[in-house]
Amino acid sequence: MNSVLLAADVNFMIKGIFSYQIFGQTVWITTTHVCLLIVLLLFAVFGLCAHHVIVNADPYAKPGTFQNIVELIVEMLDNMITGCMGKSAPKFLGYISTLFCFILISNFSGLLGLRPPTADYGVTLPLGLITFGMIFYNKIKHQGVGGFLKGLCDPWPIWAPINVIGDIAVPISISLRLFANILSGTVMMALVYGLLSKIAWGWPGFLHLYFDLFSGAIQTYVFCMLTMTYVADAINAD
Amino acid sequence: MNISGQDFIFGCSAIGAGLALIAGIGPGVGQGIAAGHAAAAVGRNPGAKSDVTSTMLLGQAVAETTGLYGLLVAMLLLFVKPFT
Repeated sequence: MNSVLLAADVNFMIKGIFSYQIFGQTVWITTTHVCLLIVLLLFAVFGLCAHHVIVNADPYAKPGTFQNIVELIVEMLDNMITGCMGKSAPKFLGYISTLFCFILISNFSGLLGLRPPTADYGVTLPLGLITFGMIFYNKIKHQGVGGFLKGLCDPWPIWAPINVIGDIAVPISISLRLFANILSGTVMMALVYGLLSKIAWGWPGFLHLYFDLFSGAIQTYVFCMLTMTYVADAINAD
Repeated sequence: MNISGQDFIFGCSAIGAGLALIAGIGPGVGQGIAAGHAAAAVGRNPGAKSDVTSTMLLGQAVAETTGLYGLLVAMLLLFVKPFT
């Protein structure tokens, strides 16, 4: 079976850990669930620490290191979202910031030896569908059903099928973009560690720098930027 | 040497995966053009370096998508084995 692969020790697939029966279906707990849990625990611990530090901060004292980092992150996200969405930014600040931090920590988790949860299409497709729901909801809320239908038959009504396909392609393309980028990084690192395991000392660190840190950060930025652009477009279309 | 139907399908899938990665040519050329124009823009207006760089990276990451679709097809052919 594995003769195609040549190397049986190249290992980047999602593995089932244990299965259970629910409503007659077999459901697996996989590596994705475990890594997602670890990522969310890290995220929750960081959030609780940040909340503790900010709530107990003395406005007249010199801020400590951790408080500075938290303020830096919040300020950066604030600037990014306000710069892209303008006056409707405060409503989306919470969701986009959470999304950014979650995807960023997920992509970076390859550094901890985990399989990044975003290298599973079951994680990125829901994120894309949430974006799709936000676009749809804001279109109908701000343009009304009539405006939505009018936007659908944009130049002429005969173009409606193409516009529908274009709308449906949005969640698929943004989720596939994130998934494929992180998956390609995971596969590359698995190939390096699997096939070159005898000489893989030290230098794969530079590959980690590119595939995990650079690519992960860029894709996080792109995902959030596209979500914001689409939603801002749905709000301000004229 | 006997080649079973299964082996034949594996071999053809591997060839198909290799062919699918030809899709990498397009994004490579496109990203190169984008980077070249960004370099020209920075040369013309060095003050706007950070803006030009972030716009270039965003555009390149979006342009990369078609190449990644080719990669996905190759991965599906090699590891999910839809035709066996």
